[in-house]
Amino acid sequence: MNSLRTLQEEHIFTVSELTRDIRLILENTFPKIWVEGEISNFTRHYSSDHIYFSLKDESSILPCVMFKMKNRNLKFDLKDGLQVVAGGRVSVYDKQGKYQLYVESLEPKGLGALQLAFEQLKQRLAKEGLFDPEHKKPIPVLPAKIGIVTSPTGAAIRDILNILKRRFSNLEVIINPVRVQGEGAAEEIARAIQEFNDFKNAEVLIVTRGGGSLEDLWEFNEEIVARAIYNSKIPVISAVGHEIDWTIADFVSDLRAPTPSAAAELVIGEKEKIISEVNDLLGRLNNAFLNRIEILSKELCSLKESYALRQPMNFIKQRQQELDELIQALGKSGNNFINFNTQRLAGLSGRLEGLNPLSVLSRGYSLSLLLPSKEIVKQAKILKEGDLIETKVAEGNFISEVKEIKNE
Amino acid sequence: MSEIKFEEALKKLEKIVKELEEGNLSLDDSLKKYEEGIKLTSLCSKKLEGAKRKVEILVKKEGGKIESEPFKG
Repeated sequence: MNSLRTLQEEHIFTVSELTRDIRLILENTFPKIWVEGEISNFTRHYSSDHIYFSLKDESSILPCVMFKMKNRNLKFDLKDGLQVVAGGRVSVYDKQGKYQLYVESLEPKGLGALQLAFEQLKQRLAKEGLFDPEHKKPIPVLPAKIGIVTSPTGAAIRDILNILKRRFSNLEVIINPVRVQGEGAAEEIARAIQEFNDFKNAEVLIVTRGGGSLEDLWEFNEEIVARAIYNSKIPVISAVGHEIDWTIADFVSDLRAPTPSAAAELVIGEKEKIISEVNDLLGRLNNAFLNRIEILSKELCSLKESYALRQPMNFIKQRQQELDELIQALGKSGNNFINFNTQRLAGLSGRLEGLNPLSVLSRGYSLSLLLPSKEIVKQAKILKEGDLIETKVAEGNFISEVKEIKNE
Repeated sequence: MSEIKFEEALKKLEKIVKELEEGNLSLDDSLKKYEEGIKLTSLCSKKLEGAKRKVEILVKKEGGKIESEPFKG
């Protein structure tokens, strides 16, 4: 081969010329393409925030770069091993003589970017303990003030206020208005929760918005909202979207309601339950008390007869007097519950009087005691002919002998 | 006199009702418990009626001040 003559006829490139020509060919051939592969050699330059990685498959490897401008909107985290689809253009990095994919967009393969971000954040926060059931606070049973973090013009607040209006409830509602979707809404939501905590002007919070797509609900998946809910000293009920929607806020909150209406129901429902509970207790209180008094007055008669006979007036009268004094005192209280009951008590006092053994005697009844045991004779069959009985009437007592038992 | 909380009052009321229902109290104790029960019921119902109905919205004014206004849904 005559190399000298061949060299004079060929064009001799400079390195830069060749590199530039290669670059132009590549740029023209691959101006915008999609490539799928596995991420490897992933690094992020801390100073510039540019991302460098390679996409690889079984036999080849493709160097990639994603500059800060393009990568700052990525919702999910990149790491080696992740399968992705990258969109961008091919060019050459002259200084290193290598071709690269300049990545403009990146999607996880098989899963939406938002869904992957959701899964990653959910795992990370779960591991940190933000969803722990032990950390969840109970919802107060009788809140007087409810704080609501929501859009003032959305469907959620309308639904909630309708329910509160339809039911009788006396509640104070304070709305801290926020945007519930779009860039920056998460910060507003977090700040609103913080403000309720700072001013302590609510006993329970409802963080809520109406239904929408994953993108619409996204702000309730942001970490800043999760942390604001976790750190809230006021219990938080979350109600985001429809029944099937679960956001990170729903996992962190102290109680998740499937819809905004359900959240209102949860808050009120407790109160209605309590009201009927108190009414029940009042009913039981009255019945138990009156039953007890009846039993006691019967016992007074049957158990204390002999004692009462020995000290006839004092014992009964004392008890009656105490009861009358109580009725007087309760009657002065001016309370409806008590007034209603004093009427029943007054009726009872009358019944007590009637059960007083001595007033029974004064009506002509007598009391007989079998001698010598002094057992009170209530039935004729405990007697036999020849028994001696002591009989007490209103004034005085006498002893007689049983001549005949008659059964009626 | 400091008022007891609602939840406490309710618990005490339940206890008193059970004691009266169990049925072994003397007349004196029955009267005492009944009176206390009525007082507790009265307290509970006061707290249940307590709050007023109000819907307000927070408005951020200049200088970082936050005020509340009635909300017209």
